[in-house]
Amino acid sequence: MSRIEAEVGKPQGGFMKWIDDRFPFTETMKYHFTEYYASKNFNIWYAFGVLAFVVLVIQFISGIFLTMNYKPDAVQAFASVEYIMRDVEWGWLIRYMHSTGASFFFIVVYLHMFRAMLYGSYKKPRELIWIIGMLIFLVLMAEAFAGYLLPWGQMSYWGAQVIISLFGAIPWVGDALVEIIRGDYSISDITLNRFFALHVIALPLALIGLVFVHIVALHEVGSSNPDGIEIKDYKGADGVPLDGVAFHPYHTSKDLVIIIVFLMIFSAVMFFAPDMGGYFLEHANFEPANLTATPEHIAPVWYFTPFYAILRAVPDKLWGFILFGLSVILPLFLPWLDRSRVKSIRYRGWIYKTALTIFVITFITLGWLGTMPVEPVYVMAARVFAVIYFAFFLLMPYYTAIDKTKPVPDRVVYHG
Amino acid sequence: MVKMKRFAGLLVLSACFMSAQGLASSGGVKLEKSGIDPDNIKSLQRGAANFMNYCSGCHSAQYVRYKTIGRDLEISEEMLIDNLMFNADQTFDTIQASMPATDAARWYGTAPPDLSLLARAKGTDHIFNFLKGFYVSADSPTGVDNLVREGTSMPHVLWELQGYQNAIFVEHKNVDGSVTRVFEGFEQLTLGQMDSEDYDEFVRDTVNFLAYVAEPIRSIRRKLGVWVLMFLTFFLIIANMLKKQIWKDVK
Amino acid sequence: MTEDDLDRNRRHFLGLATAVTGVVGIGFVAVPFLSSLKPSARSQALGVPVEVPLGSLEAGEMIRVLWRGRLVFVLRRTEEMLARLAENLDKLRDPNSEEEDQQPNYAANGTRSVRPEYLVVEGSCTHLGCAPLEDFEVRPAEGWGGGFFCPCHGSKFDLAGRVYKGVPAPTNLRIPPHRFIRDDLLVIGQDTGAA
Repeated sequence: MSRIEAEVGKPQGGFMKWIDDRFPFTETMKYHFTEYYASKNFNIWYAFGVLAFVVLVIQFISGIFLTMNYKPDAVQAFASVEYIMRDVEWGWLIRYMHSTGASFFFIVVYLHMFRAMLYGSYKKPRELIWIIGMLIFLVLMAEAFAGYLLPWGQMSYWGAQVIISLFGAIPWVGDALVEIIRGDYSISDITLNRFFALHVIALPLALIGLVFVHIVALHEVGSSNPDGIEIKDYKGADGVPLDGVAFHPYHTSKDLVIIIVFLMIFSAVMFFAPDMGGYFLEHANFEPANLTATPEHIAPVWYFTPFYAILRAVPDKLWGFILFGLSVILPLFLPWLDRSRVKSIRYRGWIYKTALTIFVITFITLGWLGTMPVEPVYVMAARVFAVIYFAFFLLMPYYTAIDKTKPVPDRVVYHG
Repeated sequence: MVKMKRFAGLLVLSACFMSAQGLASSGGVKLEKSGIDPDNIKSLQRGAANFMNYCSGCHSAQYVRYKTIGRDLEISEEMLIDNLMFNADQTFDTIQASMPATDAARWYGTAPPDLSLLARAKGTDHIFNFLKGFYVSADSPTGVDNLVREGTSMPHVLWELQGYQNAIFVEHKNVDGSVTRVFEGFEQLTLGQMDSEDYDEFVRDTVNFLAYVAEPIRSIRRKLGVWVLMFLTFFLIIANMLKKQIWKDVK
Repeated sequence: MTEDDLDRNRRHFLGLATAVTGVVGIGFVAVPFLSSLKPSARSQALGVPVEVPLGSLEAGEMIRVLWRGRLVFVLRRTEEMLARLAENLDKLRDPNSEEEDQQPNYAANGTRSVRPEYLVVEGSCTHLGCAPLEDFEVRPAEGWGGGFFCPCHGSKFDLAGRVYKGVPAPTNLRIPPHRFIRDDLLVIGQDTGAA
């Protein structure tokens, strides 16, 4: 009797046995689908992980097809995008899919991260899942940034100019580093070419690897739930968690419904408002890169603006860079900043609830401020909100420790 | 349910944030709405004729093929060749300017921009007001300046139609002693071939056409979008029934 | 039937309906992606007919031109060459050009041409696409009456692009659509009889 048969307990025959003797197919399917138990009381917040995966697939497929027609060449890049939009049959659909997908990726990932903050998903024993998730977020930012240069429009060019120059703030090595990133004395054909390589090969590979590890780590520990209870602590006689249901068919059927709703929202944007009023496709990016004139008003794409607002709020190049970097990195330390005894917001006290609400308002406001022109009133506001942003994280060890918590039930709350 | 409400609240908040910013303002002048109707084929056809007659002398639309225009605007190949294709022999050619860009750059100081994507880059209101906003200015080498883009090097190509107008500015003294010029209105100097309503209509058609060439597949994507949403709705209903059936025994 | 059976049937049906709808949906999505692989509007625009002036082409001479990036031979055949086309027909696989798609109808004749003098044929071996070499020297000892020889895998064609028996190439060389505007001006890519 082979190892697999012994584990599964019933003899199998034919093709599947042939496969299973050589590759743990059935075992893997069981481990990750039919016998992976996740809490039955997932709410909508628990859907954004699978949605992020859906967007990843959309970006990969549409990206591959765009690569077939795009030219990473400073002279031809802009025209090749228009070639895709006009001359390639259905090219417009594929391009809009990719550009809409980029923004949706961040919407979904931000909400996915917010879910972790709501329900303490990053707390022990899921710290590593959170860290890997943060790495995914960082790679995703790099991926989006590199991708945004490719259309070679005005915003592509000047946005890249600003963000790459940022690294020049690093003492001693800054200028050399900037030249190494650009590969030239200014952003040029060479920069475009290497950003293309990063965008279509290096970073996607890193993304796939990290996503794989993220999911493996998740399935090792098990998914959290809105009550912040470990469902593995209460197992039935058959060894199945009492509050868990199998990923397949329970969560898959539920996720499918959510995925379809998501695709409807996605399609609504893609077919009826692909520009999203200048947020998903910026107006100035419909002009080819002009090295002699910066657009009047330059702002990064919306998903970078909260951090960009913090950068702009600091009247010092080096400190701007440091605080900008810090604002992106800080969430990585959440598992250790959060000292609360409970995971879920359901059983936390008013202090954390208030703090999280203020944080959400702060994040959205910073995002909005990052799109506004540089005027004293906006800069002042950005400073205030930047302070609140950092306070949320840095004061967390204190306010979560003193926050009164409610008793956590033994079993998850579920109303059929 | 409380959670759902909170989630909905967040969506509304982000929606507000989304609509907070439209196009960047144009030189502080309040723009009149262009009022174009992208589904009006007749207007687009007139706009195409206007474009070929008045714009394509200096401006190209290098990503746009005549053939595509013919197909989308219901213009026959004959009509296309006889009435619109001044600078091309073949219907699949793209729209090039009659004047070489280098010559134009020498005469006007700057090469006339390609117009393929102008409407998406600047917005239709901007172009509408630009084409209506030429006024006589002695300081300018072309004899005119523009309310929307001050110091433009483009001459008033449509003067025969619109006539010449003066812009009236009122100067306001600020508290700190500086002076702000505020635009009050236009004053017609010489009459053109069109009255102001006809001219508005002429410009509107032209802007409509520019909006069309900026995204020729606009109407296709909107029609397709309806079908896609209908299909997904159907899919949603079935998938939801399946989900309910599967979850029936979860207590 | 028990309630459980009903439930199972219902679930089975709904599962099937969902799967079918999903597959149909994926099918719909595949259409634009696969269509995008077709030649684009630009390729079509670049694939326009080409004009070939024939004024300086002497009898017995051949020129190479490109149409849609494909090599086309234009050979002005001598009277003697034309005479040889009627010989050795039994050595050819398709002497009467009966294989459709290898030539337009107006060239499905004994000389495979619109005007017997001019052979207009794609220089792409019907075996695997190599460009055949011209070899117009007559060598009766070898049974060679002049024609084209593919260096890749040894396929042989006569002076009308007709394939010999016993070589890897399955069909005659393809004749592209072409017409003569004037006696000395050929257009490749437009059919004879078309405007």
